[in-house]
Amino acid sequence: MTTPTSVLRAPWQELTRQREGATFGIWVFLASELLFFGSMLLLYTAYRVANPDVFTIAGRETDLWYGTVNTAVLMTSSLTMAVAAQAAEADMRRLAIWSLGATVVLGLMSLVFKGFEYAEDIGKHLVPGVNFAMKEPAAQLFFALYWIMTAVHAVHLSIGLGLVGRLAIFGALRRVELRENPQVEVTALYWHLVDVIWIILYPLIYLMGRS
Amino acid sequence: MTDVAISGELPLPREPSYLAAGHTVASWLATTDHKRIAILYAATITFFFFLGGIAISLVRLDLFTPAGDLLSDDTYNKLFTFHGVIMVWFFMVPSIPGTFGNFLLPLMIGARDVAFPRLNLFSWYLIVTGGACTLYALIAGGVDTGWTFYTPFSTMFSNTHVIAAALGVFIAGFSSIATGVNFIATTHMLRAPGMTWFRLPLFVWAIYATSLVMVLATPVLAVTLLLVIAERWLHLPIFNPDFGGDPLLFQHLFWFYSHPAVYIMVLPAMGVISEVITCFARRRVFGYDFMVYAMVGIAVIGFFVWGHHMFVSGQSPYASLVFSFLSFIVAVPSAIKVFNWTATLYRGQISFDAPMLYALGFLGLFTIGGLTGLFLASIPVDVHVTDTTFVVAHFHYIMVGGTVSAFFAGLHYWWPKITGRLYPDVWARFAAILMFFGFNFTFFPQFIVGYLGMPRRYHVYPPEFQLYNVLSSAGAFVLAAAYLLPPLYLTWSLIWGARAGRNPWNATGLEWKTSSPPSRENFAATPHVEEGPYRYHPEGFAPEHGEDNYRTEGDRA
Repeated sequence: MTTPTSVLRAPWQELTRQREGATFGIWVFLASELLFFGSMLLLYTAYRVANPDVFTIAGRETDLWYGTVNTAVLMTSSLTMAVAAQAAEADMRRLAIWSLGATVVLGLMSLVFKGFEYAEDIGKHLVPGVNFAMKEPAAQLFFALYWIMTAVHAVHLSIGLGLVGRLAIFGALRRVELRENPQVEVTALYWHLVDVIWIILYPLIYLMGRS
Repeated sequence: MTDVAISGELPLPREPSYLAAGHTVASWLATTDHKRIAILYAATITFFFFLGGIAISLVRLDLFTPAGDLLSDDTYNKLFTFHGVIMVWFFMVPSIPGTFGNFLLPLMIGARDVAFPRLNLFSWYLIVTGGACTLYALIAGGVDTGWTFYTPFSTMFSNTHVIAAALGVFIAGFSSIATGVNFIATTHMLRAPGMTWFRLPLFVWAIYATSLVMVLATPVLAVTLLLVIAERWLHLPIFNPDFGGDPLLFQHLFWFYSHPAVYIMVLPAMGVISEVITCFARRRVFGYDFMVYAMVGIAVIGFFVWGHHMFVSGQSPYASLVFSFLSFIVAVPSAIKVFNWTATLYRGQISFDAPMLYALGFLGLFTIGGLTGLFLASIPVDVHVTDTTFVVAHFHYIMVGGTVSAFFAGLHYWWPKITGRLYPDVWARFAAILMFFGFNFTFFPQFIVGYLGMPRRYHVYPPEFQLYNVLSSAGAFVLAAAYLLPPLYLTWSLIWGARAGRNPWNATGLEWKTSSPPSRENFAATPHVEEGPYRYHPEGFAPEHGEDNYRTEGDRA
């Protein structure tokens, strides 16, 4: 198996080193992302400790079904993404492209579900403001954090969709060599992080009020 | 590409210099050359530096009289906010990493470029976009919150363009993160053969430690500003006390970034000073290992001291005690650095060239800034001087006296490498001395008047404080003159300056072993490093070629 030279870029002189560098770089960036979400989780924790009862009541207003289905969809997308990365590595080009495509479809499904959930939340007056449905003031804090955290997650998911979609389309058109291309692993790691963040958000938003 | 050991000189590249590698606008705006990106950063931060300087000149002019009769209250608030926002986010934070970090990091470790050249260019576009966004806010009507955007004022009460300004800083934050990721990966992955961690120049260590802080602290600032924008724009209650929100949490999150940000500004400065002092004292850096540990120590401890900004905010007294203790601790590695620079100077053959004068200025000003930092780490003194001009003087000594002096030291030190030209030495020395003088003239009176009780950010003040304010304002104009000189004589040198050889200071380090200015690919051959940095020795005590560079016997007379 010859090493594809089309993916080698300056200043790297060999592809193995370039791949190590790209993987290392994305891990450093993911550490940064953890602090990004970490600060929102810190706010959530502080406000939950200050208002345990209200947060429990407010948490029960979220839609458990949308949350759970979204979790299942996103976890499956992590699986297809992992398959895509491994297939690209093993030079199974068709499988890699199909898996990338499946990841895009699952990611889009997740966004669509989230859209439906948002519409339902707006209908139930769960947007903080004058028409807010609940009387406890701190419930507005819970829902402010709910909207911001899920929206920021959705933005990350959309960026991931762009990256995965680009690989899928350009890979299918043979404009991007998938085998040994550091972009595949970098994209996969980013995608998994976005899923891991959701795994943390899911119990905080949907499960904790329902124990 | 052939490999060459650096025991002798490297072969000079045959390619044209990076400056001559293309002359179109596109060749600059689409470049992935770390050296050209450094120049783009330099142009950007210079623009912002003078904008921020104009704003504060008006403020100082207003403070000549106690009545504040030059500016309206509103304009005064907007001007000092303009000054703070521009100087902190668009000058100080990107200054040394964006310019010297970009230019020198690959050169110093023997690499062709940074790890991710396109990401590097993207970082510059991000800071320009953020700068444009913030500039729009400041020109469209201004912002009056101060550079800290404290809630609930910024979210509920201010009638100014907070959203656009905060959005600009948010975008600039991602520039900082991208730069940090790039520098960390570059340092880990692209060192030349033989360039082990403990052979890295201290400037590289400084940029590395800074990058760690950038990557881990900046995202917290980004979220904080995002929350301010969400609260102000969408009226989501985040820090609003009416709903149980806590404005103190904003301060915790804000200072979790913004105290380490001081180290984002000062650590690169320390790197520059280490390079300059060792070169112009002709002595290897005293205690290289401890200099490294001290920098990493500052970066790490710097994450745990943010609470000293909140001693009077009503946070728990136990929290204040812990933060006070940790704030004293962070002074230890800083002091180690000052002592080691001093020890490097001891028995050195010091030549007072312009970079050295700036570096010595740094030593004095940084020491005063550091010592007054101990006052502020001490809770009772801090309570007395909180929100007075004492604090203003303290952080200006660190950030302007320290970092800006170091920036000028680095600019004069590496100017021949960057441009291939020498500048008029007399003018440069004059500017360095004038800057030191003007700086103390401006800020020392603020320690006194702040201790006496003059609040910061006020433009109407009791007449008994006028003397100090007049001194300070007069000093500010001396300082402004000192800042205006370098652009003049450095521009002159670009056209009429004598050609610099590859190593005009007779300095050590890989960056001096290639041509001035370097070619696009930096080195004609991959260097092989066989020794640590700073092969400087007092005349008459030079060890034989090939001897261990860290031996100390050579220094004993």
